Amino acid sequence: MASTFFNNKARAAAVSSSSKAKAETKEDSTRQQPWVEKYRPKTLDDVAAQDHTTKVLQRTLQASNLPHMLFYGPPGTGKTSTILALAKSLFGPALYRSRILELNASDERGIGIVRDKVKNFARAQLSQPTGLDAAYLAQHPCPPFKIIILDEADSMTQDAQSALRRTMETYSRITRFCLVCNYVTRIIEPLASRCSKFRFKSLDNSAAGVRLDNIARTENLKLEDGVVETLIRCGEGDLRRAITYLQSAARLAGAAKAGAKDADEDAEMTDAGSDQGIITVRSIEEIAGVIPESVLDSLVQAMQPKSGASAFDAVSTVVTDLVADGWSATQLVGQLYRRVVFTETIPDIQKNKIVLAFSEMDKRLVDGADEHLSILDLTLRIANILRG
Amino acid sequence: MALLVDKLRPRSLDALTYHPELSDRLRSLAQSGDFPHLLVYGPSGAGKKTRIIATLKELYGPGVEKIKIDARVFQTTSNRKLEFNIVSSVYHMEITPADVGHYDRVVIQELLKEVAQTQQVDLSAKQRFKIVVINEADHLTRDAQAALRRTMEKYSPNLRLILLANSTSNIIAPIRSRTLLVRVAAPTENDICSALRIAAKREGWTEAEGLNKRIAKESGRNLRRALLMFESIYAQNEKITDASPIPPPDWEALIQVTADEILKDRSPASLLQVRTRLYDLLTHCIPPTTVLKTLTFKLVARVDDALKPEVIKWSAFYEHRIKLGSKVIFHLEAFVAKFMRIYETFVT
Repeated sequence: MASTFFNNKARAAAVSSSSKAKAETKEDSTRQQPWVEKYRPKTLDDVAAQDHTTKVLQRTLQASNLPHMLFYGPPGTGKTSTILALAKSLFGPALYRSRILELNASDERGIGIVRDKVKNFARAQLSQPTGLDAAYLAQHPCPPFKIIILDEADSMTQDAQSALRRTMETYSRITRFCLVCNYVTRIIEPLASRCSKFRFKSLDNSAAGVRLDNIARTENLKLEDGVVETLIRCGEGDLRRAITYLQSAARLAGAAKAGAKDADEDAEMTDAGSDQGIITVRSIEEIAGVIPESVLDSLVQAMQPKSGASAFDAVSTVVTDLVADGWSATQLVGQLYRRVVFTETIPDIQKNKIVLAFSEMDKRLVDGADEHLSILDLTLRIANILRG
Repeated sequence: MALLVDKLRPRSLDALTYHPELSDRLRSLAQSGDFPHLLVYGPSGAGKKTRIIATLKELYGPGVEKIKIDARVFQTTSNRKLEFNIVSSVYHMEITPADVGHYDRVVIQELLKEVAQTQQVDLSAKQRFKIVVINEADHLTRDAQAALRRTMEKYSPNLRLILLANSTSNIIAPIRSRTLLVRVAAPTENDICSALRIAAKREGWTEAEGLNKRIAKESGRNLRRALLMFESIYAQNEKITDASPIPPPDWEALIQVTADEILKDRSPASLLQVRTRLYDLLTHCIPPTTVLKTLTFKLVARVDDALKPEVIKWSAFYEHRIKLGSKVIFHLEAFVAKFMRIYETFVT
């Protein structure tokens, strides 16, 4: 077992060959599945763009031991995927259920659960793998410990976290913990110091692009030029969001295609569907709720200082239309911010003041203030600052 | 006799008059069999609900129009009893969890679980899943939204959600990324004009193109409001011409009067008078935000350009306070006082 345990390559090959055979029988059930689940990385090597982390993990694997782990980083960077892939390659399907306990934020996770469920699982003796043949063991090393995955650990209460402290140490012989969270500062210090930390950095564009391209190819999607770039931009480093957008767009495009075919069936079949079913940049932006550049342009235009006349009328017309068109205020604030702050022609001293206005507006929107008034106030203030 | 808004409400996707590309999309989604969770957002009076009802009909056929109203009682963890109304048909269910305030999580968890765990009873139904329409989704508490998140993933074979919201700002990101966002923009003024024309034709009323245009402008791109105004004009006047006056709603007239008073006399005495008017509005259940917004725009229209940004600034400021605070009248009054102060310094 030891020799195959070190041989990562052989194991990976074995995994991929077995999963390929299974994939065909599962075809039907995966059709309705979200792509995020469908294309979740199966092995550590598949995890996109976290070279540093995966390398360290593979090395700890070879040492046939695992520390307690704390994964942190922005959403959609592959934290959960990494630990799941690791767990799968460690234990394989036969032992997965008995060796892994996965709890995430939607499960009840107060102090009671930690005392009860987590502790019981951590305390339970290991079930010995019986009836596993050598081939299975060749693929999966099955080390003698269990793993408890606490997903979104930063939403656990302080009490629940402190209840974990002793549990982690007492049963460390047979149980490893893996905490996954977005904000490492929300994890209490005693817990954090018991874990080795792995930071997941925001995905760079090329890695995310390759993954999206792959999915598009597997799903037979027709993409317009620039769609992948738009997806990455709208996803803001969050691959999960980008994939969800892609799936929604594909559904719409596919649906439009089907609808068009039905309608055209008796009329003419000649060129129906030739330009249907293509995912356009615009459709992605619409799904992501991105405000078109032209609308922003007109708003920025209205805010520019004009000689004599006040900016009020122009700005208020544009804002009223914007609100009536149903654009989300948070989205607007985000996009306007990027637009204004990266404009070179605005002097730094003005930018300083503008950013202050943005900060206050964001707070107000979070508190649930009226969008129309807030946006109007924000834009008027910016216009005023631009006037100097 | 039903109001025009209800009587002429389009019942199917084909009957919708504006945003044809959106209707097409909804139709093809309904026909594709793989219907996603939807988050429909847009300003009020843009036709969100109408579109959703029409889509439901497209999905399940006319059965969705046979609705009944249930009153259910839920028990919270602290043993408080909550009464909750549910509008449902065989295929779908419509709830407004914001009605029960902070306890919306209890309702969402219990109700949705119950729906999701029972399969569609009617075997001849077109779809295997049931649909739950959640009104005012942007008023759901964070807790309730977090509870939704799990439900959406876990029970997706039996359950589809349609969330209706005025804005996506208050919807947490995990929900936004799990739903297909559908934006329903308000109808343009031309759209409203044509809708009014159709309404007039159906009712056999004389048409006045100029009046339609004015109503469209006055309604602020809100079709429901436009139709109500339209009906009230025809109810009040014998002869309809382009110049027929558009009577504003009572509360708006009252706010107009208030605005006049504020501008005319800036003194503590006048503030006291304004206060009674504001109370009057509030006791008639006009939402404070509406009062403040309407008042602001009435005032802004009458002051000098240089003052406008300042007025808007304070209006936004006090509107925020209304949302945070507990007693509305303080903040409304504070705004009026602030406005008087600004105006006074400017005039003198």
